[in-house]
Amino acid sequence: MSAYTSLNKTAKNLLVHLMLIVGALVMVAPFVWMVLTSLKSLGESTQVPPVILPTKYQWENYTHIFEMLPFLDFYWNTVITTVAKVIGQVFLCSLAAYAFARIEFPGRNALFILFLTVLMVPGQVFLLPQFMIMKELGWLNTLTALIVPGLFSAFGTFLLRQFFMSLPKELEEAAKLDGCNHFQIYWRIMLPLAKPGLIALAIFVALWSWNDLMWPLIVNSTPDKMPLSAGLAYLTGEHTNLTNYPILMAGSVLAIWPMIIVFIFLQKHFVEGITLTGSK
Amino acid sequence: MSSQLQPEMHAAVQPKTKKSLNRMKRSDWFWAYLMIAPTLIGLGVFYLWPIVQTIYLSFTKWGGFGKYKWAGLHNYELLFKDPYLWIALKNTLIYTVVAVPVGIAISIFIAVLLNQKIKGITIYRTLYFLPVVTMAAAVAMVWRWLYNADYGLINYLLGLVGIEGPRWISDPAIALYAVIIVAVWSSIGYNMVIFLAGLQGIPRSYYEAAEIDGAGPIRMFFKITLPLLTPSIFFVSITSLIGAFQVFDLIYLMLGSKMGNPATEQTQTMAYLFFTNGFESGNGGYAAAVAVVLLVMILIVTAIQMKLQKKWVHYD
Repeated sequence: MSAYTSLNKTAKNLLVHLMLIVGALVMVAPFVWMVLTSLKSLGESTQVPPVILPTKYQWENYTHIFEMLPFLDFYWNTVITTVAKVIGQVFLCSLAAYAFARIEFPGRNALFILFLTVLMVPGQVFLLPQFMIMKELGWLNTLTALIVPGLFSAFGTFLLRQFFMSLPKELEEAAKLDGCNHFQIYWRIMLPLAKPGLIALAIFVALWSWNDLMWPLIVNSTPDKMPLSAGLAYLTGEHTNLTNYPILMAGSVLAIWPMIIVFIFLQKHFVEGITLTGSK
Repeated sequence: MSSQLQPEMHAAVQPKTKKSLNRMKRSDWFWAYLMIAPTLIGLGVFYLWPIVQTIYLSFTKWGGFGKYKWAGLHNYELLFKDPYLWIALKNTLIYTVVAVPVGIAISIFIAVLLNQKIKGITIYRTLYFLPVVTMAAAVAMVWRWLYNADYGLINYLLGLVGIEGPRWISDPAIALYAVIIVAVWSSIGYNMVIFLAGLQGIPRSYYEAAEIDGAGPIRMFFKITLPLLTPSIFFVSITSLIGAFQVFDLIYLMLGSKMGNPATEQTQTMAYLFFTNGFESGNGGYAAAVAVVLLVMILIVTAIQMKLQKKWVHYD
């Protein structure tokens, strides 16, 4: 009997692994193909039947792309935008979230409903006026345009407010008796305790900022002011209309590896952050 | 609790404290407003005011150089007569109705597999999550290549088993589904993580009790797992629906411009219609009207979901 059940269990385990492996292959195959194609010559990439491994590794595809497009500028723009948005949003949202979660003041609910409104409205509703503001301010084709609207977030405030509300009330009472003002309480007591929430928000902002397409496409039309996402789209767009897939794949690999590395190292925090938003 | 009691106790001893309590309150308010101000102003300027502005713009007609004037319901009249609106609406709905449930079903299936106390969960999770951290621009590019009718890997593999693959991204009847496949592929990892957390919250004892009653795995899934997972399913379906209504990146990137691809025109979605009118052909007023319609659609569907949730979501 027990031999039978353990055999049964092994069979079940094998079946589970088998299904998961098939699924994993489907998830990973496009990435493998991306890398393999990026190392082939144009002729080899269009051979029928397809060649799996490149016969000669064309590393020059990767240098080529830097000659065709200001890829270094793409990196710089993406990194600066992402870092600025992460720091700005985590700081500003946590400030507002602390006030919403921890202080009673007149108009708190009304203001919070305003914040929730932003959360409900689809992005397309903001874009035209946002573009017009950028134009008015003369910010088109600057990094400022990529960064500034992204410093403020209803989502971030909401996420961190949930987090601050879960912390015990006694904490700030002791500090208040010691004569701390709210900023001091926020800075010295709440922020360190809210670290998991802050990291979760930072990861979300980084991911969205790095991969965001529509906004950069709208505000920055000169290549040297584009982030990676818009740069890649530009590469296939009407202006260049490039169909040299090995070069395109090299560009894709260059655009995505930093986020993949960040994800692999911070995986635990990614998962916790997503779980945090999904739990309530 | 104690914070409310203490000042009153003091008040009994010291007559002055009412004033100092007031002062404390004011200081509270001062800090609250000061801390909220930056985000409030930012959201006001870049998000709240634009909502009002977009609604206003939807009643205007645009000339050259970004000039516009009041045009009443003109845009809405044009919009409802425009065959492309109905195409975009149809595509957005098909996309939503197919991509959201299929994505949720597959994510739940994978999450249940991963929840079986097996080895290598972290590795599987990492692999399934890769598309989530990858920008749409790169995702679209590699899938375009895989879908390529002449040199693509997918049609080659189909050919090996005797199927002649379609022209995935240039056949108007297929293109939307080709995009949906990619959309589902790239969303599985994210939803799976939420479902996995939901599954881990279900007590093992429920399954043990059911096992004693002789329930098989399929019965257990439908009687225990699925009902207890409904809060997660509700959350994922709300966020995926709102996302699906706004689908743009993959359509724009995979299909390319209308000039280059005959399928693009037939495969455009609401967000695509908004983008091309607003930022490519300079019909800002028209684009604003599209955005307003999209907003109304999302509000209606979210309201319906909120109402229906009492019927099928189990909270304990």
